[in-house]
Amino acid sequence: MLYIKCPHCGMRPQTEFSYGGDATVKRPELNKEISDHEWDDFVYNRKSLRGKHLELWQHISGCRQWIKVERDTATHEIFKTFKADEEVA
Amino acid sequence: MQKYSIFNLVKNAFSGHQNWDLAWKDPTPKKEYDVVIIGGGGHGLATAYYLAKEHNITNVAIIEKGWIGGGNVGRNTTIIRSNYMHDDNGLFSEFGMDLWRKMSQDLNYNVMFSPRGIINLAHSDAQMNVYARRGNSMRLNGIDAELLNREQVKEIIPMADFSDNVRFPIFGGLMQPSAGTARHDAVAWGYARQADSMGVDIIQNCEVTGFDINNGKINGVRTSRGDIKVKKIGLCVAGSTNILAEKLNMTLPIETHLLQACVSEPVKPVLDRVVTFGAGHFYISQSDKGEMVMGGDLDGYNSYAQRGNLPTLQHVLTEGIAMMPFLSKLKMLRTWGGIMDMSMDGSPIIDKTHIDGLYLNCGWCYGGFKATPASGWTFAHTIAQDRVHKLNAGYSLNRFNTGHLLDEKGLGTKTWIS
Repeated sequence: MLYIKCPHCGMRPQTEFSYGGDATVKRPELNKEISDHEWDDFVYNRKSLRGKHLELWQHISGCRQWIKVERDTATHEIFKTFKADEEVA
Repeated sequence: MQKYSIFNLVKNAFSGHQNWDLAWKDPTPKKEYDVVIIGGGGHGLATAYYLAKEHNITNVAIIEKGWIGGGNVGRNTTIIRSNYMHDDNGLFSEFGMDLWRKMSQDLNYNVMFSPRGIINLAHSDAQMNVYARRGNSMRLNGIDAELLNREQVKEIIPMADFSDNVRFPIFGGLMQPSAGTARHDAVAWGYARQADSMGVDIIQNCEVTGFDINNGKINGVRTSRGDIKVKKIGLCVAGSTNILAEKLNMTLPIETHLLQACVSEPVKPVLDRVVTFGAGHFYISQSDKGEMVMGGDLDGYNSYAQRGNLPTLQHVLTEGIAMMPFLSKLKMLRTWGGIMDMSMDGSPIIDKTHIDGLYLNCGWCYGGFKATPASGWTFAHTIAQDRVHKLNAGYSLNRFNTGHLLDEKGLGTKTWIS
């Protein structure tokens, strides 16, 4: 069982959360000419890092907020959690 | 190479089975090869075998970080099927079914292929309609499919829950009678033994540390056991694809995820088919030893851990018990996890890349084992001829760019969502 510290509700089991994937992926800017390649990178291509990975989770059975989680994909250790709009250094 | 036969078995019995040849050698890497296959799993071993057998390319090395057959080919649920709706998936898999049927003879190795049939259960009228459509598509592609009603299913698997008061009543199912299972380790060992006998070097405990690329062309590969000069490299590393892609400055439409499976204690023969639950994701078969072999959903987050968490296992087995209540009486013998190369449309990639001499074989999601022979055969063709075969033309890397996705399950880009 993973335990994720929701920045709004505190420590909760993984069963309350739903996974949202890589949090570093940025949607191409609106009102800008966007190449197919940029869309590709946004929609499909993923680094899928082994090690420290910043990812989105939604506290679906809790406050329903989206949050960011910094987690190790090799050990499942969770280092830090952030609110969705918090900047991650 | 020593042929495995009843006569050799008897002959060797007289010397107490002490004088059998080694099944494959343990060579040190040469300085140069024609082709290097990275990854000594089922697909890598099959690729090397078909390179030698179909294309006469024998100056080949398989480089494996661990030991051959120690990854997903040694930890899957051994299901073989071709019950796909889309032409590209159906024709590719059915070509593979043919190779499966001949495999034990072809490899002179008993892979214990058991075409016992697979039944996908339906739990609503709508699902019956969907299965009728899929069955028709399969038959148009020459794949056997039978739509079963509730009574027909009950006759085949009476131990499933046919009581009146269940949340997901069984309406019927779609059966592919020629589907089945095989002994997974034997597949890896059979391919390894034959490839080795034709001159392929199987190099284990050898990690790839980098690539030597010049002017967009492959020149060699750097490994923990020295540099190797080579013009063609086939990447066949499943869940580790992204790790090697990073060394190649490539970002791929692949995420690595965690999938668990489990077996129960062995019991008397009770289930002689492969059965899948239609109202969730659960599949089950009974091994020759009597264990119930079960699996289902991914854990649902990026992972390289090869070790899962209990909530997913509980979720999967809840579905199993809903389908076959007797499972609740069984003790679990063991559970394990492996890492899956989940592609963004749920279908694999077998293709050339923008780097000359670099070929890619990945994105098998949950379905890598059954594809082993067809994947090896088409990948060998792609490498040897430097062009894709029509069987794997649909598995192109640029389909994500052009929009020709093969979304068999219609899950979109989040194929890991359960």
